[in-house]
Amino acid sequence: MGRQAARMNVNGKSYARVIDARLTLADFLRHEINLTGTHVGCEHGVCGACTVLVDGRTARSCLMFAVQANGCEVTTVEGLTPEGKLSVLQQAFIDNHGLQCGFCTPGMLITLTELLRDTPDPSEQEVREALTGNLCRCTGYAGIVAAALDAARRLRDADKQETT
Amino acid sequence: MKPAPFDYHAPRQLKEAAELLAKLPNAKVLAGGQSLVPMMNFRYVIVDHLVDLNGLDELRGIVVGDGRLRIGAMTRQRDIETSPEIQRLCPLMAEALRHVGHRQTRNRGTIGGSLAHADPAAELPAVCAAHDAIVHVASVRGIRQIAFHEFGSGFMATSLAPDEMIAAIDLQLWRQGHGYGFHEFARRQGDFALAGAVALLDIGADNVVRRAGLTLFGIATSPVRVEAAEARLTGQPLDASAIRAASAAARQTEPISDIHASGEYRRHLAQVLSSRALNDAAQRAGVQA
Amino acid sequence: MGAKHFGARVTRLEDPALLAGRGRFVDDVKLPGALHACFVRSPHAHAKLVSIDSKVALIMPGVHAVITAADLPDSMRTRRLPLLLPNPALATTKTQHPLARDEVCYVGQAVAVVIADTRYIAEDAAAAMIVQYDVLPAISDCRTAAEDNAPHVHGDLSSNVAASFRMAYGDTDAAFADAAHVFTEGLWQHRGGGMAMETRAVLASHDPASDLLTVWSGTQTPHLGRQALADLLDRDLQSIRMIAPDVGGGFGPKAIFYPEEAVIPAAALKVARPVKWIEDRREHFLCATQERDQYWEMSIAVDDDAQILGVRGRMLHDTGAYVPWGIVMPYIASTTVPGPYVVPAYQLDTTVMLTNKVPTTPVRGAGRPQAVFAMERLLDRVARELNIDRTEVRRRNLIQPEQMPYEVGLLFRDGKPLVYDSGDYPRVQEKALELADYDGFRERRRAALDEGRFIGIGIANYVEGTGLGPFEGVTVRVLASGKIVVATGATNQGQGTRTTLSQIIAEQTGCRLDDIVMTIGDTGAIAQGVGAFASRQAVNAGSSALVAGQAVRKQLVALAARTLDVPESEIDLDDGQATSRRGNKPSIGFGDLARLAQGIPGVSLPAGQAAGLEHTAYYTPSQAAYCSGTHVVEVQVDAMTGGVKILRYTVAHDAGRVINPLIVDGQVQGGVAHGIGNALLEWMQYDANAQPLTTSFADYMLPMATDVPTCAIAHVEIVNPLNPLGVKGAGEGGTIPAPAAIISAIEDALTPFGVHFAETPLTPERIVAAMRAAGAYERLFAA
Repeated sequence: MGRQAARMNVNGKSYARVIDARLTLADFLRHEINLTGTHVGCEHGVCGACTVLVDGRTARSCLMFAVQANGCEVTTVEGLTPEGKLSVLQQAFIDNHGLQCGFCTPGMLITLTELLRDTPDPSEQEVREALTGNLCRCTGYAGIVAAALDAARRLRDADKQETT
Repeated sequence: MKPAPFDYHAPRQLKEAAELLAKLPNAKVLAGGQSLVPMMNFRYVIVDHLVDLNGLDELRGIVVGDGRLRIGAMTRQRDIETSPEIQRLCPLMAEALRHVGHRQTRNRGTIGGSLAHADPAAELPAVCAAHDAIVHVASVRGIRQIAFHEFGSGFMATSLAPDEMIAAIDLQLWRQGHGYGFHEFARRQGDFALAGAVALLDIGADNVVRRAGLTLFGIATSPVRVEAAEARLTGQPLDASAIRAASAAARQTEPISDIHASGEYRRHLAQVLSSRALNDAAQRAGVQA
Repeated sequence: MGAKHFGARVTRLEDPALLAGRGRFVDDVKLPGALHACFVRSPHAHAKLVSIDSKVALIMPGVHAVITAADLPDSMRTRRLPLLLPNPALATTKTQHPLARDEVCYVGQAVAVVIADTRYIAEDAAAAMIVQYDVLPAISDCRTAAEDNAPHVHGDLSSNVAASFRMAYGDTDAAFADAAHVFTEGLWQHRGGGMAMETRAVLASHDPASDLLTVWSGTQTPHLGRQALADLLDRDLQSIRMIAPDVGGGFGPKAIFYPEEAVIPAAALKVARPVKWIEDRREHFLCATQERDQYWEMSIAVDDDAQILGVRGRMLHDTGAYVPWGIVMPYIASTTVPGPYVVPAYQLDTTVMLTNKVPTTPVRGAGRPQAVFAMERLLDRVARELNIDRTEVRRRNLIQPEQMPYEVGLLFRDGKPLVYDSGDYPRVQEKALELADYDGFRERRRAALDEGRFIGIGIANYVEGTGLGPFEGVTVRVLASGKIVVATGATNQGQGTRTTLSQIIAEQTGCRLDDIVMTIGDTGAIAQGVGAFASRQAVNAGSSALVAGQAVRKQLVALAARTLDVPESEIDLDDGQATSRRGNKPSIGFGDLARLAQGIPGVSLPAGQAAGLEHTAYYTPSQAAYCSGTHVVEVQVDAMTGGVKILRYTVAHDAGRVINPLIVDGQVQGGVAHGIGNALLEWMQYDANAQPLTTSFADYMLPMATDVPTCAIAHVEIVNPLNPLGVKGAGEGGTIPAPAAIISAIEDALTPFGVHFAETPLTPERIVAAMRAAGAYERLFAA
C-alpha cells in the first residue's frame, strides 16, 4: 500500500525519495535524511517539539505526511544555524539560559524565528502567546522569553546600524 | 503512535477530488490535518484512502458579496485571521480566531476542516452559527447548500454524506457598526473552550435593539442559538437588566458533561460568559448598558 | 586562588550543540541494521493473561520476531525487576516481571514485544496480535482498596495494604489533651507525572566478537540499570555497558529501572541485531511511573499565641500495582511534615495501598509537596482562626539559626537521624517577604477591589533533604595532549551537570574550561555510579569533583616544581599552564607534565612521583544536606469563572553555596512551573475500572508560557558545613512549596466569600462550586 515519491527542499538542499505515504514529515526529516535536530515529543500536535517551517510558516511536522511537503521549502533547526557559528537568536538562548535538556529547543527556535520575522518588536505578552504552541518542562519559560526579547532587541539594533 | 497504512491521493481540482471520494472505499479528506492526523496517529481513525485537498487552490480565498462573505473551505485559519476583509466586515471572526489553537495550528488548519470536525468546543462553528452561515457542499452530484443550523447532527457529527466535502461557507454579514462580543473560558491559552458565548447586537435609535444574536459553544454537542435570550433582547431598549435576563436564559441550555467540566459548571459559565459577551457587544455598538 | 569559575554565571557548555540541533538523544543514535520494537500492552487494569497468539503478526512482511515471557532467556523469564529500596515495613515486595506471565495488574502492562523493520510495521503487527484475557475486578481508588471485601489488586495477595507505618516523636496525646486550640483539616493532593518532553527510549546492541552488550537508555541511573540488567541476564557486569546520552528531561520517573530496559536487550540478543524502542506519548501516559493521590487527615494543636504544641494525623497513599522503590515517597512525605518549624510532638500513621495502576515512584519533590501542603494549610487555618497574620504565625514557630544543627526526632530516608545541618529560616522568610513587597500588598488589594478584581497573596515554607548518598564519583585525568578527561557516574537531563562539574574542576586545577572532555552517564567510563534523583548530584558529584580536582592539583604542582626546579609554593596553575612566580617565570603546560608523568619505559620514576596525573574520588555524604526556602505568590481569581492568574511569584531559598547562579535560577524557575502545574492543572485521571482517562497532552494539562510568570529569586547562601563545597541540592525546591503557596493565595483572594480549599489540583470548577455553596453568586449575579 501507498509508496509515493517525496521531493522537497530542506534547508536549501533538494531531496527526492520514495517512501510510504504514511511516513510523517518528522520521521522523514529524522530518519530518511538524517536531520535529527527536529524532535518528536507527542505525535498528536500539542508539544511543538517537532515544529519546522514549511514555505516559511511554522507547522507541526508530526501532523504532516512527508508527501504533503512535495514541492515545498522546509526549514529545520539545522537550517537556522549559520555555518560554523550560532545565530543571534541561538546566542541569546545561551546568554539567557533559554534551554536545559534541549529537547524542546529546536521547536522553540523555529517558532521564535517566525515571530521575530513578523513582529520585530514584540511585547513580553506577545512572546508568551506565541510560545503557547511549544511546551517546555525544564525551564519554566523565563529564559526562553528573555532570550526572545534579547534577540529581538539585538536584531533591531543590527538593522538600525545597517540602515544608518 | 504511527498511523495505519493508507493510499494517498493528491487531486488538483474539485471535480477530481469529488470523484475520488465517490469511488474509493473508506476514504477521508485531508485538509489542515490538525484534528484528523492526531486521530490517525492514535489509530482512533483508520482510513484506506486519504484524499489530500491541499492542492485545491479553487477552494481557497475570501470573496465579498452582497451582504455576505464567502470563504473557501480550504482557506487557512491564519489567512482568515489576517484578512483585511474579515477585520473590516466580520471582526467577530478575527477575534474568535485569536482563541483557536496556536499559530502553528492556524497556519495549516482550515475553516472547512474545523466545521467538518465539529468539535462542540470549537470557535469557528460558533461564529458560523452566529452569522446564519450557509455551507456549500460538493460531491459528484454537484453543489448543495445546507443552512448552518441543519449542518450539525450530533456529537462530532455533521450531515455530510461520506462522499461529500465542504467547498465554501457564506457568512451573512451584520450591518456595519454592529456590536460584537466574544468570550470563552478555557483552562489555558488556545485550549478548546469549556464554554463560550458569541454576542451580536444591532442597536438603533433610543438604544433599542433591532437585532440580537447570542450563540453558545462548548455547552451542547454543537453551537446553540439562545432564542429565548434573543427574543428577550429584540425590540427592547438595551440595559443592564435586559442583559441579566438574557444571560439567565442562556443558563437554561441543556449542557454536556465530561472529564473537563460538569454540566452544572457549564450552565454557570454559559450565564457568566453570555453576560460578558453581551456587555462587550453593547459597548462596541456604542451603548453603555 | 580566586573564585573565577565557582559562583560565576558561566554560560553552559552543553548549549551550542543542542541549539544547533546536534544533540544526541537515544533516537538520534543510528546503528546499521537496527530493528524496531513495539510492545503489546494490556488494555485491562486487572486480568488473567490466558493466551497470546502471534501467528498473524509473525507472517507480516518486515516482522522479525514476537517475544513473550515464554521466549525470554531462562534467567529473565521468572525473575522480577529489582526492589531497589527494601524496608521492613513493606508487607509485599512485589515488582513486575519483565513481561507479564499470567496476570496483568495495570493498563499498559507489557505482555509481548514485536520486533520489525520499522516502528510503523511493528505497530501494525502489534495490532494483529490476539491476546486473550480473563478480566478481573480492578481497584482504582486507594480508599476503595482499603475497604473490607475490596477486590484484590493482585490475585495472590489477600491484602491490598503494601505497608503501614508510624512516624512519631514526643507525646502527642498530652500535647492535644492540654491544647488551647485544636484544628483539623482533610486534604487531598494529586501530583501527576514527570512528563519530560522526551519519552523513554532504549537501544540495545550486542557485539559477538567482544560479547559486549551496549545499551543506550534515556535513564537517570545507568549504573543502577546496568546492575539490574546484569542480574536479570546472569551476565558479568563488565559485559554490559549502559549509556545515558543526552536525555530530554528526567524529573524522577526516569530514575527507576523499567521492564523495557530488560526486554529490549534480551530481544537484541535473541535476534542478533540492534533493537531500538522509542516510547510514544500514549505509552508514556500509561506506563511511565507517576505520583498520584494522597489523602491526609491532619490535626494541629496550638496555644493562644499560635505556638505549635503538636501535629498528628493519618495519610493514605496510592502506590499503584507494584513497589519498585518501596515506600520511599510516603516515607519522605511523613518525615517532611515538621518542616522548618519547632514541632514538640508529632505522629503520622501512613497506610500505603496497592491499586491497579502503574507504580508510583518519585516525581520532582518526591512526596514533599504533599507534606508541605498539609503543614502549610494547617498553619493558615491557625492564622485564620486566631486572627493572626499568616506570616507571623510562621515566624513564631520557625526554628531559629542558633538551634542549628537541629535534631527533628525522626529517622530520614537516608538512614540517618533527621538533623538539619544548617539554615536560617527566619532570614529566608524575611527576604522573600521583602522581595515580594508583602507590606505593600494591602494597598494593592484595595486598589484591585476598587476595580472589582479579587487578588490574594500566599506564603509557604519548606525544608528539603537533598544530596542523598551513597556516593557519586568523579575521575580527573590529565592527558599528554593537554586535555583534561573527566568521567562521572552523574548524569544529565538538563541540569547542566557538565558545566557545573567543569567549573569546579577548572577552578581547582587551573585548566581551561574548554580543555575539559567529560563523559557523563556512561558505565564504561567510571566503575561505580548511582545517578540523578533527590537533588543529589551537586553535593555528591560536585564534592567528588572538588576532591579529585584538588588531588590532581597537588600532583601538577609537585611535578611542575620538580621539573622547573623551584619550590612548590612558587607554582601557579592557570589557563592550562604551571608557571613559576620567580625569575623569568618559566612555565610548562599540563600536557607536557602529563607526558613526563608517564615516565620512560624501563626507567624508575623519581622518588615521590606517582604514575600519571589522575585521581578518582567517591565522596560519600554522612547525611542529607538540608536546603530550605520560602515562596510568596500573588494571584488574581476571576470570582465568576474560577479562573486563576498568577500575577507575581517570589522565591527566597538557601541552597548553600551556589556553583552557578544561572543554572540554579533555572532549576528554581523550572521547579516553580511544575509546582504551578500541580496546583492548578495536572491531574492523571482514572475511571472506576482503573482505566486512564487523561492519556494525551490535550487532556493532561502542562503549564504553558502564558501560565508561568518569571520568578523573582533571592539566594541566601548558608554554607553546608558537611561537604567540602558547602552546597545543598537545588533541583526540587521550586516545586515543593508551590501548591501550598498558590492555594493559600487563592483562598486569600476570595476572603470576602469565606471559602476554603485543601486540595490540589484546584480547578476553576471546584472554586466555583465552593463559591456557590457559600452563597456567593446570589450577590455576584445581581451586581
